[in-house]
Amino acid sequence: MTEFLLAASVFILLMVAVGLLRVLRGPADIDRMMAAQLLGTGGIAALLLLGTATALPGAVDVALTLALLAAFAAVMFVHSGGSS
Amino acid sequence: MLVGNIATVVLVSLGAVFFLAGTVGLLRFPDSMTRLHALTKADNLGLGLVVLGLLPQVDSVLAALKLVAVWVLTQLAGATVTQLVARAVWRGGGS
Repeated sequence: MTEFLLAASVFILLMVAVGLLRVLRGPADIDRMMAAQLLGTGGIAALLLLGTATALPGAVDVALTLALLAAFAAVMFVHSGGSS
Repeated sequence: MLVGNIATVVLVSLGAVFFLAGTVGLLRFPDSMTRLHALTKADNLGLGLVVLGLLPQVDSVLAALKLVAVWVLTQLAGATVTQLVARAVWRGGGS
């Protein structure tokens, strides 16, 4: 079971890595921000999977913190007048 | 325990599929608004299914509650951020 969880977290991280291409190609700053948001959420999912697979309690707390920071990052971007 | 494992495998796979769909949507869609739509699907549904899939694997109720707390926080944050980003795109006349 843990192998499956680890494989799933690797898969999600690959998805996020592919999603980051939008940062390179994104015409507007807002698209780059979306890719960063996806990185945040993908990171949270991978952390949760790893935390459960390796029974490491700390990983879930790290995921909670990352969830908070990802939200703040996007809000700050929008608040600072993120024009395209 | 077998049922728990099967449920985990199915749900986490579905979550991963939603992440795949969200990422592909983020890359392929023509403009910012549609990309935002795809992104939030990956965020909420992908993570929600992964958390649901992980619940049977967790030993203590507290840890299960913590997983659900992460998902609820991401839901609230994601919903707020999506509205803000959409307004910024709309007002800024994004791509």
